[in-house]
Amino acid sequence: MNDVPAAKGHAPSLQAIGMTKVFGPLRALDDVSINVDAGSFHALLGENGAGKSTLVKCIMGFYSGDKGQVLLDGQEVSIRSPRDARANGIGMVYQHFTLVPSLTAAENLVISRADAPDIIDWGKETRALAAFMDTMPFRVPLNAQVSSLSAGEKQKLEILKLLYLDQRFMILDEPTSVLTPGEADEMLGLLGGMAARKEITVLMISHKFREVKAFCDHFTVLRRGRFTGSGDAKTVSVADMSAMMIGDTPIRERSGRVQSAGGRDVLELAGVFADDNDGASVVKSVNLKVKAGEIVGIAGVSGNGQSALVEVLSGQRPLADGGIFIRGERFEPNRGAYDKFKVFGLPEEPLKNATVPKMSVAENIAFRSFDKPPVAKLGWWMSPGPMKAKARDLIARYRVKTQGPDAPIETLSGGNVQRAVLARELSGDVDVLIVANPCFGLDFASVSEIRSQIMEQRNKGAAVLLVSEDLDEILELSDRVAVMSGGTINYVSKIEDTDRNTIGQHMAGH
Amino acid sequence: MDNAVLTVLIAMLGGAIRVSTPFMFVALGETLTEKSGRINLGLEGNLVLGAMVAYATSYLTGSPWLGVLAAGMSGLFLGALHGYICKLPKVNDIAVGIAMMSFGTGLAFFFGKPFIQPQAPKLDSIPLGDWTGNPALAQALQVNPLFFVGIFLAVAMSWAFRNTKWGLIVRMTGDSAASAKAMGVSVDLVRFLATAAGGFLAGIGGAFLSLYYPGIWNQGLSSGQGLMAVALVIFARWDPIRAIFAALFFGAAGAIGPALQAVGITSGYYFFNAAPYILTLVIMIISAGSKASARDAPGELSITK
Ligand SMILES: Nc1ncnc2c1ncn2[C@@H]1O[C@H](COP(=O)(O)OP(=O)(O)OP(=O)(O)O)[C@@H](O)[C@H]1O
Ligand SMILES: [Mg+2]
Repeated sequence: MNDVPAAKGHAPSLQAIGMTKVFGPLRALDDVSINVDAGSFHALLGENGAGKSTLVKCIMGFYSGDKGQVLLDGQEVSIRSPRDARANGIGMVYQHFTLVPSLTAAENLVISRADAPDIIDWGKETRALAAFMDTMPFRVPLNAQVSSLSAGEKQKLEILKLLYLDQRFMILDEPTSVLTPGEADEMLGLLGGMAARKEITVLMISHKFREVKAFCDHFTVLRRGRFTGSGDAKTVSVADMSAMMIGDTPIRERSGRVQSAGGRDVLELAGVFADDNDGASVVKSVNLKVKAGEIVGIAGVSGNGQSALVEVLSGQRPLADGGIFIRGERFEPNRGAYDKFKVFGLPEEPLKNATVPKMSVAENIAFRSFDKPPVAKLGWWMSPGPMKAKARDLIARYRVKTQGPDAPIETLSGGNVQRAVLARELSGDVDVLIVANPCFGLDFASVSEIRSQIMEQRNKGAAVLLVSEDLDEILELSDRVAVMSGGTINYVSKIEDTDRNTIGQHMAGH
Repeated sequence: MDNAVLTVLIAMLGGAIRVSTPFMFVALGETLTEKSGRINLGLEGNLVLGAMVAYATSYLTGSPWLGVLAAGMSGLFLGALHGYICKLPKVNDIAVGIAMMSFGTGLAFFFGKPFIQPQAPKLDSIPLGDWTGNPALAQALQVNPLFFVGIFLAVAMSWAFRNTKWGLIVRMTGDSAASAKAMGVSVDLVRFLATAAGGFLAGIGGAFLSLYYPGIWNQGLSSGQGLMAVALVIFARWDPIRAIFAALFFGAAGAIGPALQAVGITSGYYFFNAAPYILTLVIMIISAGSKASARDAPGELSITK
């Protein structure tokens, strides 16, 4: 191996040439080349399933590419494992976290070093870490267990880890999807500054044009595993970039909002309390009513009890006190009640919360219907035929990109898992819909599609509770807005009587 | 009456010291293995084989400490075998563990036949209670050096899990194999080593049984201590120091029955003999239901996944 890491001390350039990766019958990457200059902040764009993650995982040595070579500062390097990549100063933040949950932040940092000492002198390390943290614009509690950190803090820690390891070629796979816009701007601004000073080179996968335009200088676009274009991010227009991403596929027209005549109250949360895993109260006395044909958006900075509230509604967390009522009847979140009241939901992190990763796409899509005709006869005899037929139909209707209904759902790209779950939840007759961050990590075409679907359900008369950390999403979809802060709802307003600033102030707890 | 209470308490102290050692070693070994993300249910096999090998070695060489070492090596062998088989694709560690338990005890009974009769030299103990002038207390405070080795090991392990590179790597492997791989750590190798080392400790636990207390070798020597110790690991929430306390507690509870009998309370003798099991069950139900225990469990264990 290259024992003099070419990257130490300055920003390296990286070229990947002719990268090809085949998964069974699928060419996930087909002769893709990318050229990232030293000190540039390069965006890698493409729709869900285009092969962006696959490309960077090949560069990282996580997958062995079937073809292709990687040049670092113009010299060919052989990277067969993430360890080789690390030795060459190439680091990556993956779409899924790679921190060890039961270790503290400090332990995660120290053990990630290739030269971690056999016996760790915590006094010395703590001082060194504190000095390192002082030079960083954002910080993370070093002695907290990673499992107790919020998603935003974990993401910051992932990036701090790369800087701590002096990895000057940084690959970030959708790094801002868990951050608030403020946090994202702060972080990208910092990285952009470091890149401009030629301290690091960044290759960032993103679905957010706003970020790409504001922080990146170059971009490369992939589509269905092929290179479709690259250019200067500052001068090329968003319209041209998106054309490279989706080709000539038409984007679905947004569904408009149909004026509804103020339906009856359907979903009612009455004094809902819930505790976190340590028994501390995280949801405190939440009262909220959602009418038929109405979307109520719950805005809030992540970690203010929204996820616990969604978990309560989806039966993953017990109610500590209070009640949930649907059309005046008490609702106990279990499978029977979901069916009876026609409650559907899309929780956050669907791969973890709404699927069985190793089961096939068809089986995952059938979770709501496998014990009913036509999939099951007499309530227990399952026929795979109708199940697959239904899955094929839904896969086509929701444009889920998969190798077929039999592929394990964990092999789908992040965005496509989301679509498969949505296909399952929205294809029936919906009375109550509970969605949490539904567009997390989706490309703009899918975002448009999924928001339309939600709006359509509302127009058909469903009561929709939308929990989202994306304020734009709330403003676009909601009929009424509620702001959650410190575990309670401290502000509710009709959308036409409020604005972004007022909501923002309440999100900050005022 | 006061005297009787004292007798029972002294007996419990003695029980804690005498009976706990094999539990300590097996539980510490299992803690190490489980921290790396694998379960070895077969440590009962290591315990019994270790007891046999220790006894035989001590008999043949005349040195009980050589017996202890040999017992450790036999446990290392069984642990390494478990670790190796689990590396093969599509193998379930729990099933392998149960197979290894039968394999270990089977081997011990097969090779152990000729050693049931002869007398092997035993391990000596350190009399720590002679100064008290109380013969019962002096008897209770006869402590085998392995007891202190176990406590020292627990402290060392607990320190190492926090303060050494290897400790952190074991915890990382046990909690998130994906992170370990992303860091270039060979997950299989770490688990193999942790299982082998855990097996070594369990083997030493066996040596204590045959060479100190009860200090014989026969086929009924272990009454499931190896299995019980594996359960203690969950009870101790994967913490070496808590494992020591669990073992002491278990030993003390086991002394209740005989001690009550000695002071003349004979009713419910069998009930009190079952006390350690009942108490453990009760405490397990209480503590396993708590959310704290779910958080301490290594994320990669096949029971928690
Ligand atoms: N391990 C795997 N086995 C089989 N197919 C895979 C595997 N990993 C990815 N794929 C497939 O390769 C294609 C590209 O996936 P990739 O994860 O690179 O997409 P992406 O561009 O990162 O999308 P997203 O924006 O949704 O994250 C997808 O069709 C996906 O289903
Ligand atoms: Mg991806």
